[in-house]
Amino acid sequence: MNRTAFVGVAAGLALGWLGLPALLYVRQAQPLDFNHAVHAEQAGMSCADCHGFAADGSFGGIPPTSSCTACHAEALGESAAELQLVEQYVVPEREIPWLVYFRQPQNVLFSHAAHVVLAEIECRRCHGDHGLSTTLPPYEYNRISTYSRRIWGPRIAGGGADPWDSMKMSDCSGCHAERGVTDSCLMCHR
Amino acid sequence: MEDRDGKAARYGMVIDLDRCTGCGACMTACAVENNVAVPPAGEGPNRSLTWMRVYRVNNGRRFPEQRTVCVPIPCQQCDHAPCIHVCPVTAVQLDPRTGIVAQVPERCMGCRYCMAACPYHARYFNWFDPVWPEGMENTLNPDVSPRMRGVAEKCNFCHGRLARARDRAAAEGRRDLRPGEYLPACAEACPHGAIVFGDLNDPGSDVARLHDDPRAFRLLDALGTGPKITYLSREGWVRRIGKSRLDLLRADRESVGEVRAHG
Repeated sequence: MNRTAFVGVAAGLALGWLGLPALLYVRQAQPLDFNHAVHAEQAGMSCADCHGFAADGSFGGIPPTSSCTACHAEALGESAAELQLVEQYVVPEREIPWLVYFRQPQNVLFSHAAHVVLAEIECRRCHGDHGLSTTLPPYEYNRISTYSRRIWGPRIAGGGADPWDSMKMSDCSGCHAERGVTDSCLMCHR
Repeated sequence: MEDRDGKAARYGMVIDLDRCTGCGACMTACAVENNVAVPPAGEGPNRSLTWMRVYRVNNGRRFPEQRTVCVPIPCQQCDHAPCIHVCPVTAVQLDPRTGIVAQVPERCMGCRYCMAACPYHARYFNWFDPVWPEGMENTLNPDVSPRMRGVAEKCNFCHGRLARARDRAAAEGRRDLRPGEYLPACAEACPHGAIVFGDLNDPGSDVARLHDDPRAFRLLDALGTGPKITYLSREGWVRRIGKSRLDLLRADRESVGEVRAHG
């Protein structure tokens, strides 16, 4: 093959697969470095201890600062994140402006109760090993859609090796089909 | 295989025109529940969208024989919905688990075939992006996503409320809803109890019983759309206008009245 053509194609592919994807996503640091593993292992907490259900069956999502206060009324260590938590959030009773990795687009209807209580699906099935992470990865969102990168998945070609790598509509409907659950538009959209 | 779906429901509504006073509480409750924006100040009624519209119908006679009835018309949730068949992008679906005719605004491309096909004028088009008066965005219902310019929308029996009820039931480990656990906003708001809502598959429900009431009729019944909204009226002329069957109307020419929409 003509060498110039080869270089041109290679440069085009590199731009398309490496350059543009890097431009497509905006990276943001979380306001505070949270260590899931410490809470799970040293404090012996389960996911539901902080990410639980309200009385009406709705999912609480990310817990409010008040749920940290019981243990973190005073700093439990010397780390910078711990001091920051107590000084900036717990003492002034401010909410932490977390960037939510798993936030779905506005028109998506997802019932945690139906999946966790009725279908008994583990958190890990969709959220992966996030609950065992020692540090929070940067939050990335798509410049065009503004959706979190966790929806499309880490690979620009889509999907990933593990079932929790992406949270697209095809992931939802694929699992529903596997389990023989009826799909209809309004089941998952609002 | 284990039943993961739960019992299939067939939700339906009965609207008692003998009780309806045309107060419009259903229209207001509907708009608030479903994030339907109010028209901008100073704009005419053509800018307003209502998933539920109260029409005023009279018997076409002069005073003192004139009689008027108010007819609230939401989407009739047809079993054989014309809007489903004409949609070129499958943005309308008959939900197999609830019988609700679902409109998916994200998929809608705005051709408005469904609006032409709907014999009940129950579909509305977003000619403009919705605008809420300043501060009113904070009152939006988080269970319902607002629609954008260029798509059609209509009543879906307050699907956000169904999702909430299902969520509550699921948290208690139930796949099926108890009667009365799920109620659309219009049925809840009606001060006269003119709107009864329930599962037509449940023979013990009020809607199933009233469905076969001697006062019952379905709008434009002869078209074969199979509406899941039933109207009740003890007045023969109301039932005849509601059915709009030419043979009935010819037999009673004078009963061809006037139909007007509120607001």
